[in-house]
Amino acid sequence: MSLRIGVDVGGTNTDAVLMDNRIVLAKLKTPTTEDVTSGITTAIRSVLAQSGTDTSAIASVMIGTTHFTNAIVERRHLSPVAAIRLGLPATEALPPMVDWPEDLLETLEHAVYLCHGGHEFDGREISAFDEAEIRVAAEEIASKGITAVAISSVFSPVNGEMEDRAAAIVAEVVPGVTITKSNEIGRIGLLERENAAILNSSLRALADRTVAAFERAISELGITAPLYLTQNDGTLMAADWARTYPVLTIASGPTNSMRGAAFLSGLTDAIVVDIGGTTSDVGMLTHGFPREASVAVEVGGVRTNFRMPDVYSVGLGGGSLVKLDTLEIGPQSVGYRLTEKARIFGGDTLTTSDIAVAAGIVEMGDKSKVADIALEQIEAALNKIQEIVAAAVDRMKTSSEPVPVIIVGGGSVLVSRPVEGASEMVKPQHFEAANAVGAAIAQISGEVDRVYALEGLSRDAALDAAKAEASERAVAAGADPSTIQIVDVEDVPLAYLPGNATRIRVKAVGDLTLA
Amino acid sequence: MDQLDDMATGAAVLGTGGGGDPYIGKLLAREALRDRPPLTMLSFDELDDDDFVILGGAGGAPTVGVEKLPSGHELVHAFRTLETHFGKKFTAVMSPEAGGINSMIPISLAAAVGLPLVDGDIMGRAFPEIQMAIPTLWGITATPMAMADEKGNAIILDTISNRWTEVMARSLIVQMGAVTHATNFPMTGAQVKQAAISGTMTLIGQIGRAIREAREQHRDPIAAATAITGGHELWRGKIADVDRRTVGGFARGAARIVGTGAYADHTLQLDFQNEFLAARVGDEMLATTPDLITVLDAETGEPITTENLRYGFRVAVLGIPCDPRWRSEGGIALAGPRYFGYDVPYIPVEERLAASPLTR
Repeated sequence: MSLRIGVDVGGTNTDAVLMDNRIVLAKLKTPTTEDVTSGITTAIRSVLAQSGTDTSAIASVMIGTTHFTNAIVERRHLSPVAAIRLGLPATEALPPMVDWPEDLLETLEHAVYLCHGGHEFDGREISAFDEAEIRVAAEEIASKGITAVAISSVFSPVNGEMEDRAAAIVAEVVPGVTITKSNEIGRIGLLERENAAILNSSLRALADRTVAAFERAISELGITAPLYLTQNDGTLMAADWARTYPVLTIASGPTNSMRGAAFLSGLTDAIVVDIGGTTSDVGMLTHGFPREASVAVEVGGVRTNFRMPDVYSVGLGGGSLVKLDTLEIGPQSVGYRLTEKARIFGGDTLTTSDIAVAAGIVEMGDKSKVADIALEQIEAALNKIQEIVAAAVDRMKTSSEPVPVIIVGGGSVLVSRPVEGASEMVKPQHFEAANAVGAAIAQISGEVDRVYALEGLSRDAALDAAKAEASERAVAAGADPSTIQIVDVEDVPLAYLPGNATRIRVKAVGDLTLA
Repeated sequence: MDQLDDMATGAAVLGTGGGGDPYIGKLLAREALRDRPPLTMLSFDELDDDDFVILGGAGGAPTVGVEKLPSGHELVHAFRTLETHFGKKFTAVMSPEAGGINSMIPISLAAAVGLPLVDGDIMGRAFPEIQMAIPTLWGITATPMAMADEKGNAIILDTISNRWTEVMARSLIVQMGAVTHATNFPMTGAQVKQAAISGTMTLIGQIGRAIREAREQHRDPIAAATAITGGHELWRGKIADVDRRTVGGFARGAARIVGTGAYADHTLQLDFQNEFLAARVGDEMLATTPDLITVLDAETGEPITTENLRYGFRVAVLGIPCDPRWRSEGGIALAGPRYFGYDVPYIPVEERLAASPLTR
């Protein structure tokens, strides 16, 4: 049996789909609930009922959620955290959390420790690991009652050994501690990688509770299949992994939509436009995966550098306000109150959905409420919507060649004509549930990001070593070895250094091994 | 704080794609200024001829610089080492390069040793090698120069030429873990007035502010950057391809930028070796080093470094005239196109554009 349930919990709606291999058997959109889990339960119960599926037939459940992003942005549910950095005498000028927003530092109890250790770019030690120093820090952390610890070490993506040793000591000294090692989360760029590790640590307790609630919810539905969460590169993590690395779920929503769009349309290289209620997220698919942002990404004001989809958002959605006199559309939106505010639903606010109904491209609400709008005004507003989408698509394109454009999301009805610059425009079946489909079909990945000194090692040999290691990591995370593909290879020679040092990033993905 | 943010943006503009990420430099400056009296900035007019000015900055691989952060003591160590060597106190600190991270790092040195910062630098931009500096044209040497690492090692170099300083420092940098801090180009106030570039610290703040304010007021940040730098818009378009390779220990490569709007139907090729060196369309050069070629995000005006060049970015390319002294015979020999392997003569960017059929 290969029945899967995919759920995407967004800010406004929770979407669920039930899939049998590549076929969507049932789908549902329901409002996201305050407690998150009851919305999930409603959605799953409904797709099971719609298709008459027995819970015992479900092989896996995949959930994408904005829960952890919201916790950081809203500064809620974050646990007190300690950061230990190995790198002295280097790095002292800029201690951990040096550039965090004041309001977050005030809300979040924290302690930072600078210790000796760390590596040079070529693998030499900056200074020796000092066990006693770590022990003193750990004892102080224990005395403060902090149980979430992030450990970073200079060049740990090249050599993570010292982070491991420090973690072992902290685990021994601090009762009930959870530890995040920076090399397991981020790439080169100490502050950003360390920030991601600290955020992750402060989310661990929340992750424990949330994942437990998800597990309880699906078990109460009678589902015994394993639970996975989706991460921001479009791949899955097992529930236990999600407890350990909750920060990797950030921005998984747009990723799920893009992956779902790729799957539903059968296209692997295309622009995806996901039109929601308030905004449209536009991203680029390459080899079936979202293109990643290469610059530092801020999460709740904290700079991080972990994997993020490169998404451009514009204020266009099904609830966007329309001003006919000035022909302005958005960015203000009635959002989830569309069904009370929009003219077609008896409200007094003119929205893009009203325009679509007046134009006859979709049927919903009461069309007579928008009968007064002149044809040329409808036409002008529709043109404006097309222009906004075309400009966003053009921004994300990688060349002037026309590319396929896939339109998904609940607001897709707004786009009724071919988008300028598109070689073809695809609105796949089940477009409104693309995000949940993306969660259901997510794969498992493994990644390597490391600086190689190419002295006595050819570039090809270094690339091969990186690919092999990425593949091994994917298999270790649960991927079926026979389906492993290398989806991303990037090498950047390091400036100003003789000896051909180069930084290589490789990502391997494979289908989830289903028991 | 706004002021440091603006300076970091302006420094990245004059960094012409290289010079290291000013973000780290900005944090170092901010931390050094914390709980210390505000910095005094000295204009060239306020400098006495017998002032004793020292330059301070970081050298090495920017990619290592974002990982092995400084201890914060390196530059002060290099500074004290050189003072001991001279048996004489320095009276002011100056930046070696207005572009990139080294525009900001001297701020932390000046704050730490309690000296004023001279409003100027010796390049007016960023360059990859030590000898590529205006004082070289006046026979002013970079040495005695002190280098220090975070571990507490320091070394004084005394060489026969600035080219030799570059060669020897480069191999030491690798041993020091690819990042080092150095104090060099000791100069009298009189020498600074003759052989340094005045007002560039003020300028980078103005560039950053112009871009920020344009963005805030929904004006074109590219036009604002062009106006404040006295530059010329060379191109607007979208990055279609980036090719990188390592040659001689430098990150070399080229980006192709497909023109949009008025530049449609043509493709600009932008060559870089750490910094942008040449911009051309087909066989026609639009600008070459030592003039500044800088790439900005077309929408936000945010400067983009060579390492962050990416397919699909919408960019504007500016050509900014370099300091006139770079345009002398000696200046062109030091940092002109032929030094970097281009078999073309140096022609000032404004002359190339005036003669170009592509100019609009």
